[in-house]
Amino acid sequence: MATIRVQREPFDPGAELAAMTGGRSDIGGVGCFLGTVRATAGGKPIVAMTLEHYPAMTAPALARIAAEAERRWSLLGCTIIHRVGRLEPGDGIVLVLAAAAHRQAALDATGFLIDWLKTRAPFWKKETFADGTEAWVEAREADEAAAARWTAAPVR
Amino acid sequence: MEADPKPLTILWFAWLRERTGTGEELLSVPRHVATVGQLIAWLAERSPGHAAALENRRTVRCAVNQDFATPTTPVHAGDEVAFFPPVTGG
Repeated sequence: MATIRVQREPFDPGAELAAMTGGRSDIGGVGCFLGTVRATAGGKPIVAMTLEHYPAMTAPALARIAAEAERRWSLLGCTIIHRVGRLEPGDGIVLVLAAAAHRQAALDATGFLIDWLKTRAPFWKKETFADGTEAWVEAREADEAAAARWTAAPVR
Repeated sequence: MEADPKPLTILWFAWLRERTGTGEELLSVPRHVATVGQLIAWLAERSPGHAAALENRRTVRCAVNQDFATPTTPVHAGDEVAFFPPVTGG
């Protein structure tokens, strides 16, 4: 039931929302997380962010994360779109949508999906700075902590 | 007795790929290499680049046949074993 895509092309959040909700009257709310490329990293300006992934594992990993969200909450729709390749400041990186009858499930599921994606889906970011140097983004302890808060999470 | 070595597909991602200088290797691994941990020790001997990629085991993650693995996960003939840093998507 979840819509999962990994793509080089930009995505249109409005079109994805419309696709999820069009013709539906059972949905009461949709949670949305849109991740975008910041223009600075560690105070230094960047000109690009390049996303690498493990193609054979990415879609199954995202499907498992979506399935876990659907197990925990009564979702009426779930979309995960993640871009790969070269992105520039302001570009969308990831879109997560979760639809439910009531807002709490929609918002909680959205938070869960992006927190688990950040620690369990095989993507890696490399930043290209304005001076031409490059650096791989390091995983943050805060992301692990954010994902861990869902491990004991109650359901509904 | 001498059994055949086992064929494995080894994949490297992100800065591990840059250090090994390759994204994919088809290797015949000795039979005694039975787990991910043993495979890491064996791979680290292959070249200075491999040693550099694997020097800090705390920053190396692994998947066997596209599933996250640990040092004790078994590896079998024909498996696809991927090594990469902690993920940073989203």
